[in-house]
Amino acid sequence: MPNNIQLDSNGNLRHFLTVEGLKRQTLTEILDLAESFITVDAQSVKKVPLLRGKTIANLFFESSTRTRTTFELAAKRLSADVLNINIQTSATSKGESLLDMLHNLEAMHCDMFVVRHADSGAAHFIARHVAPHVSVVNAGDGRHAHPTQGMLDMFTIRRHKGPDFGKLRVAIVGDIMHSRVARSQIHALNILGVGELRAIAPKTLVPPEAEALGVHVFHDMARGLKDVDVVIMLRLQRERMQGALIPSGSEFFQLYGLSADTLALAKPDAIVMHPGPINRGIEIDSAVADGGQSVILEQVSNGIAVRMAVMSMCLGRAPEAAGEGS
Amino acid sequence: MHTVIRNGRLIDPANRRDETADIFIAAGRIAAIGAAPTGFTVQKDIDARGKWVLPGLVDLRAHLREPGQKHKGSIASETRAAAAGGITTLCCAPDTSPVIDTVAVVELIRRRASEAGMAHVLPLAALTPGLAGEQISEMHGLLQAGCVAVSNGKTPMANTLVLRRAMEYAAGLDIPVLLYSEDPWLGASGCVHEGVVSTRLGLPGIPACAEVIAVGRDLLLIEQTGVRAHFSQLSSARAVELVAAAQARGVTVTADVSAHQLYLTELDVGQFNSQCHVRPPLRSQRDRDGLRAALADGVISAVCSDHQPHDADAKLAPFPATEPGISALETLLPLTLRLVEEKVLSLHEAIGRITWQPAGIINQSAGTLGLGARADICIVDPERYWTVSEKTLVSRGKNTPFLGWELKGKVSHTLLDGKLVYENHHP
Repeated sequence: MPNNIQLDSNGNLRHFLTVEGLKRQTLTEILDLAESFITVDAQSVKKVPLLRGKTIANLFFESSTRTRTTFELAAKRLSADVLNINIQTSATSKGESLLDMLHNLEAMHCDMFVVRHADSGAAHFIARHVAPHVSVVNAGDGRHAHPTQGMLDMFTIRRHKGPDFGKLRVAIVGDIMHSRVARSQIHALNILGVGELRAIAPKTLVPPEAEALGVHVFHDMARGLKDVDVVIMLRLQRERMQGALIPSGSEFFQLYGLSADTLALAKPDAIVMHPGPINRGIEIDSAVADGGQSVILEQVSNGIAVRMAVMSMCLGRAPEAAGEGS
Repeated sequence: MHTVIRNGRLIDPANRRDETADIFIAAGRIAAIGAAPTGFTVQKDIDARGKWVLPGLVDLRAHLREPGQKHKGSIASETRAAAAGGITTLCCAPDTSPVIDTVAVVELIRRRASEAGMAHVLPLAALTPGLAGEQISEMHGLLQAGCVAVSNGKTPMANTLVLRRAMEYAAGLDIPVLLYSEDPWLGASGCVHEGVVSTRLGLPGIPACAEVIAVGRDLLLIEQTGVRAHFSQLSSARAVELVAAAQARGVTVTADVSAHQLYLTELDVGQFNSQCHVRPPLRSQRDRDGLRAALADGVISAVCSDHQPHDADAKLAPFPATEPGISALETLLPLTLRLVEEKVLSLHEAIGRITWQPAGIINQSAGTLGLGARADICIVDPERYWTVSEKTLVSRGKNTPFLGWELKGKVSHTLLDGKLVYENHHP
């Protein structure tokens, strides 16, 4: 499927809407650039002047603490000005007022919109209608994509397991059906050439034709976790317990929760990841979430570096961004 | 008014006629073919050399947006589009606002249509008042007022008992029932076909079985009640198989398909193309092929437009928040003719599927060029290519995934009751 809307005429990233359809080279570039920003985080003065004078608007049509905060920090560490706009979805459920609002922000000379929205396709829609100078970064649209989360997870995996994804076996566990995070992870892992990718979930939480995304589907935790290097747990939204998707939180945990016992089925040096926020005792045991194999908090701090990388690439200031045509 | 259409190729599948001949019209009816009748003095002379002279098209479902949504279209604007598309008879779907469930609404629609004078507008009465699925509507009174059939619009019938009663009642009065069959729960939250694309884009899906299950249930009730029933806008290959099996058993049931379902699939949704947001959704390639095969072997005997004009804003939103539907009156003929080029149908079959066959489903004698028939005629330049664009579309709705498609076959004249209601002045 064409994703050209994300790329400028030189093949450089203009918007970051989905991982799907991007080249491995582009993903590696994001990861490498993020690596260089990690050191910024460690400095006492945590700023670089790359985006000085740029204005970034965080448009969150859906509530979020972690993602919005890390985007804000990332923008500030790049010396950009940040506007945080929280919009009740109900007030802008009509496309017209959504577009009107965007055009108003454009008129205030915003350079980038970071968008979170409850509808799949919202970021694509906005990217299609913004002025040519504006970049759009998808901070999560419906069930479709959460590409910066996907990339920060790749970054975390690479830091722990090295750059060769080909030798890795990765399992994503839980509510694949409703997860934009899972879709972005699946695309990213496949583009980076992961050895084997598994999805473990009850059949009610696996979308139809999931295999077409490039995953092996398991309904049995013990078989699915066997010999994996990376275990990615997904958040189970509480509302999924209605709608006849799972019988109860406790049965879900019994079958698909990650405890010390089930983690023992993976490789001894497997890392445990979770995009947060965690439902302790529903999808993951506290002992595992806080245990030695967990890299969950590291994911959060890596999120800042990865978002800095994406923002600076989209706004064209990254030194690597020039001259790489396609 | 005496009108002659000269030198055209008359194609009238209902009467197995296909010849180059002059056609003479007097008093709004076809007076003679070949030689002028006695006393005929030509007042209007149309040269149709190199063109096809067809019966005016019959469309089993169009949404004209009036009453209720005049910002999207009106009876006047959309029947003008129908005339531009060669359609002379069309059924107006009952889901107007207010719903077509009272004689007053029927009369309003008929009056507006007659004032516009661009097409015969035949209202479909709501099967249940308010399309709420709770009671049965006053079918007899609504048919007396001018409705031609009853229909559940696009509101799934959840209550099987009410559906059974409605079918029984209609069967007793010999009123055709047009059904849009969809399971209300399986189809509830979706906006695209449940399959590879819904999975990839994270869009809530409507599984094919939402249609198949409802069609299966409805077929059992049709068989039991003996009602003359028709399935509107089938979208799945499996549902078509069920209909074919019922027809083979002798059940009196027919079916139609929207023209866009014969060309587009879920893949056309691409990256959230809201022009492809339709209901029922665009399904898989296999479904599309099944629909084409069923159209070819006659299980599906009509192609309709399912015209749904929208204002631009209706499609300007994130995909799930956009309104479903395609502005389709003007693409019905060229898309159906293209099936001939693609070797799905013969020319006579293709024209039959949009003229006399849909007319028969609603007990109308339209769609033929027989002597004495109403002179509802569509003249087509079969070799003329045109590009679908916001400019070329007459309808107020410019919402179509076929924008930019080059189609072959353009209507040059449309006559309604012998009166010229559309003429394309292209050289």
